[in-house]
Amino acid sequence: MKRQRLLVLAKSVKSGSAAALVLLGGWLAVAPPAVAIPEAPAEAAPGALVTKVLYVAKRYPEPAPLSLLDKVLTDEGIQGARLAIKENNMTGRLVEQHFELVEVVAKETEDIVPMVKAQLASGQGLIVADLEPSDLLAVADLPEAKGAVIFNVRSSSDELRQQDCRLNVFHVIPNWAMRADALAQYLSWKKWRRWFVVYGTTPGDKEYLAAIRRAAQKFGAKIVLEREYEFDAGSRRTDSGHQQIQTQMPLLTQGAPDYDVIFVSDVGEAFGDYLLFRTYEPRPVVGSQGLQAVAWHRSFEQYAGTQLQNRFEKQAKRFMTERDFTSWLGVRVVGEAVTRTGKNKPNEINAYILSKDFEVAGFKGVGLTFRTWDHQMRQPILLSGPRTLVSISPQDGFLHQKFLTDTMGFDEPETKCRFNK
Amino acid sequence: MMRFSAAAVLAAAVASFDVQVAEAATIFVSNEKDNTVTVIDSETLKIVKTIPTGARPRGMALTPDFKELLVCVGDDNRLDVVDTETLEVVRTLESGPDPELLDVDPKGERIYIANEDEGYVTVLERVSGKVLAEIPVGVEPEGMAVSPDNKFTVATSEQTSMAHFIDNETFKVTANVLVDTRPRVAEFTRDGKLVWVSAEIGGTVAVIDPVSRKIIKKFGFEIPGVRRELIQPMGIRFTKDGKTAFVALSTANRVAVVDVASYAIKDYILVGQRPWHMALSPDGAKLYVANGLTNDMTIVDVATLKPEKSVPVGRLPWGVLVKP
Repeated sequence: MKRQRLLVLAKSVKSGSAAALVLLGGWLAVAPPAVAIPEAPAEAAPGALVTKVLYVAKRYPEPAPLSLLDKVLTDEGIQGARLAIKENNMTGRLVEQHFELVEVVAKETEDIVPMVKAQLASGQGLIVADLEPSDLLAVADLPEAKGAVIFNVRSSSDELRQQDCRLNVFHVIPNWAMRADALAQYLSWKKWRRWFVVYGTTPGDKEYLAAIRRAAQKFGAKIVLEREYEFDAGSRRTDSGHQQIQTQMPLLTQGAPDYDVIFVSDVGEAFGDYLLFRTYEPRPVVGSQGLQAVAWHRSFEQYAGTQLQNRFEKQAKRFMTERDFTSWLGVRVVGEAVTRTGKNKPNEINAYILSKDFEVAGFKGVGLTFRTWDHQMRQPILLSGPRTLVSISPQDGFLHQKFLTDTMGFDEPETKCRFNK
Repeated sequence: MMRFSAAAVLAAAVASFDVQVAEAATIFVSNEKDNTVTVIDSETLKIVKTIPTGARPRGMALTPDFKELLVCVGDDNRLDVVDTETLEVVRTLESGPDPELLDVDPKGERIYIANEDEGYVTVLERVSGKVLAEIPVGVEPEGMAVSPDNKFTVATSEQTSMAHFIDNETFKVTANVLVDTRPRVAEFTRDGKLVWVSAEIGGTVAVIDPVSRKIIKKFGFEIPGVRRELIQPMGIRFTKDGKTAFVALSTANRVAVVDVASYAIKDYILVGQRPWHMALSPDGAKLYVANGLTNDMTIVDVATLKPEKSVPVGRLPWGVLVKP
């Protein structure tokens, strides 16, 4: 198992890159510099403007990843936030600013809301929230959170951008509609317009299903069939598991009208990966597995993404996941706003990040900004296969009068968000 | 008839060979994906040689005597030194991790290198390769420019969005100037009095006075029919008379022509896709533009501002330099 993982790492970062050397050489085998390089300062210099960012998370029960190649992670998200604090401080020390991360993580059985309430009462108003929608909304609706700025780095729920939007919540992670639209643009470019949708039974699966239906209508694709599938993944390690799956997946996918791709909605990763190479007809798989629409992926290294991947791997001793990236980006938004304005009160940050002066670099080749109508961060979306980056949406030819990235997700005319001020 | 035309061709070839000896310069293009440097004759525009280098060659610098070409090979964490006569890598220098861009001081004694991964600038003694200093700057340093008077060096850091002024005597950072998002290139004006810094995502060029360390002018670009987010300023070059600047605009597929005195945009020259770095011919008559996505180099006539020709180079061409 261990040997296999190392092999995968070696293949993923080939051509003798620094990362590969670091990864294989016990993670720390970098040539020692002749002169000691100071790390980002851990403590604020006297007189520095100190900004605290509260990172809140809960250890929700999560199924283990289906693939044995994916590690079971216990520090997802928070590692990205820690890295961004370091980077904010590398900049901050040059302009007499200092950033600190306050980490509040609830256990599976604990209620996160009172824990955040106490922090808000003590003046923490800048929050990176690695929370499920119900907890996120409970936190956002606390009276103490009225003037806070909360960055959603975990939930893709469309409702949080629509009827459940909140004035004090900003969404760094793409929502389901953006993901489905990003894939739909690519499938449209490929002329793979007949989709066979296979979806799971969890609430998240149903939400992504709704986004797939919406994308089909928006981009002129045809859903030839929708099929629900309930699959209890159970233990991912079995002695003879593949034989059953080899027969189950053709059964699941047989008898469909002609189609070009299987569009799978299995956001909790119960069975989606099993569809690849096992369908009744020889067809590609896109959606939550196969070709995925994501904000970050290890296969992505363009626009200096290499540097972020390397920095993260050096710190966390593992690959950067999407949630690590969105957590990093949430903290970077705060850093960018404070460095640019010299101000760090939540209302000042709120005003600046909604202004036309704001943009943050997130290794996507364009500046990233927030939509004013629902506070969703507009961003290019990566389309990645399991091993390589396939494309980045928006695709050429999908036009918009203001931002090309607004061709994905909820544009202003279709927003159902009404902020209660 | 056949014989005659063959003789004519031969005569023409001999003639052009004579011209070459007199005026031909050598153009070097680093190909990020091929791990090579393409060498092109400026007269024939033919590839003279493709030099294999270490992994991910990007930034390049020529020594003031033009005898050595220094190439950052980022993924191998070193500089490859090319002998510009033999066109071979003759030695390597320890650059510190992930070198991206570099500059050489006017005397050719020191090399200043941006270590993109690590957030610092490495200073090397050129001959010995000895590390003189490692200077912490912002996150992802890239642009490097030694001032013409050799008193200080400007480094830009992409993720921090600053231009850092480094004292070349003390190796201390003496000033940090906040510019727009993702500054990539710093270039001194011909008179050495100002330094221009391009911001790729911000879409602007900041003109900084090194004495006051203040931005005295910031300007952007507007091209009809091209979206603002696609206009991403990158490489900067000044004409020989110092009156005009060229700014490569990357995803806008154009090079902007800027009047240095007024900062007015005079023209946009359509080149290949994603032009990044550029170089002028020794006589200043031609501008060579490395087009990252179309794997070619556009030759622009400086007098008429017309693109004359494109020649193929390697994959993902990044930097370009000319040796007289």
